[in-house]
Formats: sequence, C-alpha cells, structure tokens
Amino acid sequence: MKVHVNRKPVEVSGEALGTRLIDFLREELDLTGTKYSCGIGVCGSCTVLVDRKAVRSCRLEVRDVLDKKVLTIEGMLRPDGSLHPLQQAFLDAGAVQCGYCTPGMILTAHALLLRHPAPTREEIRSALRNNLCRCTGYQQIVEAVERAAPFYRK
Amino acid sequence: MPDRAWRNDAVAKVTGAARYTDDLKLPGLLHAVPVYSNFVHARIRTIRTGAAEAAEGVIRILTARDIPGANRHGQIRKDMPVLADDKIRYHGDVIAIVVARTRVQAVAAAALVEVVAEPLPAVLDPEEALRPDAVPVHEQHGSNLIHTHRVRRGDIERGFGESDFILEHDFQTQHVEHAYLETEAAVCLPRPDGVMEVRGSMQHPFSTRRFVAGTLGEPLANVEVVGTPLGGGFGGKDDTAALVCARAALAARLLGRPVKMTYDREWSMRESYKRHPYRVRYRMGVRRDGIIRAVHCRIVADGGAYCSVTPWVTWRSTVQCCGPYTVENVHCDTLGVYTNNVFTGAMRGFGSPQMNFVVEQMVEIAAEKLGMDAVEFRRLNMVQQDSLTITGQKLNQHRVAMGEALDRVREASSFEEKRKRCSHGSDEEEELYGIGLAMSYRGVSLGAEGADFTAATVNAQADGSILLDVGVHENGQGAESAMILVLARELGVRPDRIRLQRSSTATIPDSGTTVASRGTIMGGGAVVQAARELKRKIATTLSQRLGCPMEEIRFEGEAVHGRGQALPFAEAMAEMYKARVFPFAFGMFRAPEVSWDEETGQGDAYFTWVYGCQAVELTVNRRTGKVTLLGMTAAHDVGRAVNRPMVLGQFYGGMAMGAGYALQEEVRMEEGKIRNTNFHTYRILKADQLPDMQAVIIENPDPLSPSGAKSIGEPVNEIMAPAIANAIYNATGIRHFRIPILNPLSSESSAEDPPADRKEPS
Repeated sequence: MKVHVNRKPVEVSGEALGTRLIDFLREELDLTGTKYSCGIGVCGSCTVLVDRKAVRSCRLEVRDVLDKKVLTIEGMLRPDGSLHPLQQAFLDAGAVQCGYCTPGMILTAHALLLRHPAPTREEIRSALRNNLCRCTGYQQIVEAVERAAPFYRK
Repeated sequence: MPDRAWRNDAVAKVTGAARYTDDLKLPGLLHAVPVYSNFVHARIRTIRTGAAEAAEGVIRILTARDIPGANRHGQIRKDMPVLADDKIRYHGDVIAIVVARTRVQAVAAAALVEVVAEPLPAVLDPEEALRPDAVPVHEQHGSNLIHTHRVRRGDIERGFGESDFILEHDFQTQHVEHAYLETEAAVCLPRPDGVMEVRGSMQHPFSTRRFVAGTLGEPLANVEVVGTPLGGGFGGKDDTAALVCARAALAARLLGRPVKMTYDREWSMRESYKRHPYRVRYRMGVRRDGIIRAVHCRIVADGGAYCSVTPWVTWRSTVQCCGPYTVENVHCDTLGVYTNNVFTGAMRGFGSPQMNFVVEQMVEIAAEKLGMDAVEFRRLNMVQQDSLTITGQKLNQHRVAMGEALDRVREASSFEEKRKRCSHGSDEEEELYGIGLAMSYRGVSLGAEGADFTAATVNAQADGSILLDVGVHENGQGAESAMILVLARELGVRPDRIRLQRSSTATIPDSGTTVASRGTIMGGGAVVQAARELKRKIATTLSQRLGCPMEEIRFEGEAVHGRGQALPFAEAMAEMYKARVFPFAFGMFRAPEVSWDEETGQGDAYFTWVYGCQAVELTVNRRTGKVTLLGMTAAHDVGRAVNRPMVLGQFYGGMAMGAGYALQEEVRMEEGKIRNTNFHTYRILKADQLPDMQAVIIENPDPLSPSGAKSIGEPVNEIMAPAIANAIYNATGIRHFRIPILNPLSSESSAEDPPADRKEPS
C-alpha cells in the first residue's frame, strides 16, 4: 500500500492505516511544516492538498489517502529548491508574522489558484475563510494571493 | 523601503522548515501531559495515582510533592502553583503531570488519576468576592482584594459643581482568549553539563527561566531558555507558558531524560489566562461650553484565581482612565479582585481596551447631549503639546500628535461626508449604515510598572559579517528583523550582512519581557547604543589608517569613510583584528526615569506616549442584527517605522483583533468552567468577515528613543471596540454598554442569546 507524498511514493504498513494523517506526516515522515492547532478541523493550520483539494489532515486517516497524491508545505518548493512564486508572494507581501497559519494558508491558496487563477479579493477571502490567522487580519495574505495569481495564469 | 517586505525568518516559515517547539524531536524523548480535576474550588485531600502508574507506557506521575524547589511563582506575587497542592482555585489548576513513552499513553493514563477533594463554595462574581464574608480564594492573603490603584486630581466635588450636567453609565467587558494558533508547548533537555535547556512556546524567556529555576531549586545559571519560533503570543505566552516549561523541566530533571509537553487546544483554553473582564461605573461632569470638568470612576477587574500581572494591567487602566483627555478633577478607584474564575493577565492592550470602550463612548454621549459635534468635543478636551495629563505629567518631551492622528483618519475615511449618511435607526432602510471613530493615547513600554532596560551586543567578524544579540523575543511580530534593520541603518550596511543570534538567556542580560509593545523601542534602543559604541571603537582604531580625526569618520554604503578614502566594511573589520581590537560592543537602553505616587495617583507615568485614531464603517441588518464591516481606517504615530510592511501587519492584525473583541469574542464561563474551549465555539474573525483596511503611518521620531521608533502592537488593538460601538450607535440609535455586541438591535445585548443566524454552524 502506498501514499504519494510530495511526489514520492511512501510505503504504508497495515498498522498505520488508522493513524491520523497529520500524525503520520509529522511523526512518521518528519514533515513538521503541517501544523497542529485545534485538532477538530476548524482552524486550517493542518491543511494539506489531497489530489489538489485542500483538506484537514487532523480529520483524515492514512487509509483515506491511499494511492492519492498528498502535497504538504515541504512539497511546494520548485524542483531546483527555489521558492514557489506563491511562497515568494507571501514573503513579499509581508503576509508572514508568527508563521503558524502560513503553511495551511499557502496550501489553501494554492488549491484556489490551481482551479481559479484569477480570483477577486472577495473570492480569495471566501476561499481562506476556514483558515484562521490571529496575527495579520488577513489583509497581506489576500494581497499575497493576488500577487501570485498571474503566475498561475501562465 | 522597497514595496517588498523583508524579514529574516520568513523563508523558513513559508517552506515549513521553521521548527516550533512541538516540531522538535530528541532521542529518548518522553511525553508529559497535565491532569485537571473537575473542581472549581476545593481543598485537596488525596491524589490517587496508582491506577495511572500501572497504565501502559507510563514512566511516572508527578504531583506537588515531587517538586524539589518552590511551588509558587508569579511576576508580582508568588501565588501560582506549578502543581496544585493545598487547594484547587480554578477549573484550570493542574493537579499532576503524567509522563509516558508516548503522548497517547500519557493522555490515556491522565484519565486514571483521581483527585479526592472537599468542595468549597466558589466565588465567581468580583463584587461578591469583595464582601467581608466572601469565601477567600487565598486564605493567607486576608481578603480577595488583590490590590488597588487610584487617581486623585483636583477637587472632584468642585468639578461636578461646575458642571452643567453629569452623565453616569455602567459598562461591562468580557473574558477574552488570546487565541494564538500555536498552543503552549515545552521541550526540556537535561544537558550533561548540568544545565536544563528549555525551549518553549513562550514570550518571556527570563521569567520562564525564573519559574523553571525556582521549581527545580537551582540557580538561574543552571537554566538556559533558548528562543524558538513562536506561533503567536499577544501577551498570552507569559505565566501559563512559563508554568508549562517548569512542569516539563521538573519531569526532565527528575527522570534525567528529555521531556516534551504540548498542550491540546482544550487544555490551553481551559488553563491559560485571559483578558480581564471589567465593570466600570463612570460619571462625567461636563460644562455647557464642552469642557469635561470632572470624572469619577470605579473600575473592578476580575483577576481570577491568581494575581499574575493584574496590578500592572489595572495600573495602565487607571493612568489612562480619562482617555486622551485633560480633565482637571479626577477621582478614580481601581480594584483587582481574586475569584475562582480563570485567572487573567497580560493581553495586547493591557488594560486599555476596556477603558477606551468606556471613555470613547462617554465623550460621544456627552457631545450629543450638548448638541455638539463629537469630533469637536474631542478636540476641545484632548491633550495638546505641553498639556498636563490627569496624572500631572507635562507632555513636552515629544511631539503630541493627537490632533494629527484624528485629522488623518477623518481625511482617509472621508469621515465628515460619510457621517451624513448614517441611518440613526431609521426604519426606512434594510441595512442600517453607520460610521464611528475612537482615539487614544497610550503610555509607551512599562512605565512605572517595572524595571525597564534592555541589552544588545554587536559582534562584527573579521570578514565583515555581524552577529547581533538582543534581549527581546521574536513572538512572530518581526522583532528580530526590526533589530537587524535598526543595526543595518546605524552601521550603514545591508541587513543580509547581519545575523541575529539564536536568542538565549545564557548570552544576554535579563532584558525583561517582550510585551507592552516595548520590543522595537527598548530592543532597538539597545541596538543603537551598541552600534554607536562599536562605531566609536572602529573610528578610534582606524582614524590614523583613514587619515582623519575620528569625529569625521562616517559609516555608510557598506563602508567606513575617512577623509577622501573609504574602507569596505569587511576590510575595515579585518583591520580591526590586525590592530588587535575586537569590533565588539555592548549596548544598553535604560528607559528614561518615570515616577508614580500610589497615594495620589500622580506622576510622570510613561516616558513617552503614542497617539492613534481609528474609524469603522458598517451596516447592521435591521431584521437579523447582522453586522457587516465595510471599512476600517487607522492612523497611529509610530515614531519611526523601522519595517514598514511589518508595521502595516500590526495595524491590520490589531484592528481585526479589536473588531472581534467588539462583536463576537467571549470566553463563556458557567459556574467557573469555560464552555467554549476550541475554535468552533470561541470564534475569532475570519477572512471573509473583515473588510479591506486602510493604514496611515504617522512618523514623528521620538527624541527619547535612540532609534526614533515608539510602539505599535497594542495601540492598534485598543480603540476598534469603541469605534464599532459608536458606528453601531450611529447606524441603529442603540448604545451598547457591554461587549461583545452580539445583538446590536437590543440594548440588553447579552452573551446568552445571540441571534440564531449569527451562530456558527459547528
């Protein structure tokens, strides 16, 4: 049994099937960029993409993602190791403060821009509504997503 | 500053590489979890740990008896136990900790610990707690009164006598949760050299060190608290966070193994301290010409089960009890009270949001009664250059920018024009429109609360790279990048030449806490002093080489300039080493003297002040009561903006947090137990509930701040609630005397009955 994590196949043992996806990523694979915060699927800090859809890794088990493609924040870097334009946009827009919501925000925004590369500010806000941030008031995060959008239209 | 933001830690944060406390892994790491009881107030008889000890994977259960050092801690009064011993004083008291091989095992075993205790009547209302026959929370303290503060200025009776009318209103504010996204966590490693190394999600490494060393019964030098990326603090990662570190360190010391203790959200919200709920009775006497002649107020703050920093929080409320207005006759009594509720402590704003909610509505009520424009009323009474504050401080050491902040917000928000459109409860519109504003001044840093000094070292290397160490903590706000930018500017070098050392209590003197919006002004001050000392050393050493007297040597453009010649910075540093002089300097910034007389409540409370104003536009649906925020504008005098995009981030984040305070946030207590302990029931504002915000940065560099910078983190958070209350009044005609304003259409706005359509689906 396999899960594809950040474009690499990962063997999964029978025991691991019932493990929460967030624990599997953080503890087994040491992908600690996925953050634990509320544990009940409300805050969005643990967001990862499964087959390009933003999901809460605290609400899933490994069995739910068998043979699927999981993307975590560690998989956002481009193959040459440079920052993805969306990551760069978060930097440039000043969208990062404590950084705890940042991985989930970036992945949620990535999922949005993959399916809709020209969102309005309202659409961005709406897409981010289930990712909580206490530091930024969201404004520079919305600006970061706007900055990155043209890249997705190429 | 280019239009792109810069911070030293952002790449690690956008790539997931940043390692927060819970992300750390160590060989042989054990896991600890807290054990709570279901009591709110009780005398502990026995703690039965047998069943838990026998559970799978359990290494040890620790109770108060296992503590080798002190079990009582606190920054002001040592009344907070690491583990409850004699009594349980609130629902969040920790009775024991379970240490096990895995976290899952520890959590399972925690449920098996049994507390036998004799329940005591709980005192949950601060006014009741003050009665002589009230049940004492801390018997040894004598009463439930934690402390009092006062202001006595002028002659209050004469002031009311000279008034043409007197307004009196009661206000009430709520418990608020900081809601940092990262919960409390600690990883403690007993090092072979005997030092306990502590990494934790906390914002006050030096207080944490005192808590840890005290608990272990060891000297401060035996504990090293290492800076670790922090997932938000907002004032909330102080006492509770330090206790969590102390518990993990206790287990690590006793077991001789590294221990991790990470909190679940429910534990965090149950145990951690909150913003103080206030009850304020406010009486204002006003003369027909619009001058406030007298203010009498009584402030009661619910301190909960432990003292924490209640005396400091309420001191700020006392000093700022009249807002940014000069009033000649003031009588203020402030009481901090013990109850069996969750304890309360520092939170962004620190006693000012509550008072601004009161004062900024009182001035509007007064202006309306006078038939005067509320902006004009403010202008007549507000502090000006050289004004005397209500504590007798003359504002002559810096630019008093109250009027400037007010005017900039009025312009930027088109306030006058929009005010004409307000609905005032008209029954013709479906969406009632209102705009409102509020303003404040705020004493910078700690003021007469405490020792206010900070250290920095600058250590230039022979290749021209630079190590910087400062005694302020990175809470997520960008403190480290601000320090680097301050140094880069002083030395005339690029920021990427500078690396901020991992902060550690072992490398820099105790510089206090990174709260009170003091990071930039105090840390930046120390960096400037260190840079000046370094430049003096370099100039002295290289003046001959550069062919000019040291006074003429300049530092700019990545070089050290003499008369007609310049040395690139790296070469200059190599020359320093050749001359056997270390390009190393220590700097400290000591806040200018302040003063305070507890008897009269008079003195120079803070060495400088910041000025700010915020406006908000909104609509209220006439049928459902739903509030829609349309726009928010803020103008604040920051002294000097060191890192502009990060200053904007403070503006936006502060306004958003203030809006949540006004409209929906409330820790709901029921018989001393918190009902909403996670984010589905404790609701902070979401991206689609907030409008685009406008920020106006005013820069009047402060002569008493070496870097010119003042403060911004808290000023932006302290006036949105009254601005919203005023806007709701202008929309609906209904005045709200308590927050959160869950039902703007009812003057009896109550926490218990939010309109059905505003409840969050869970």
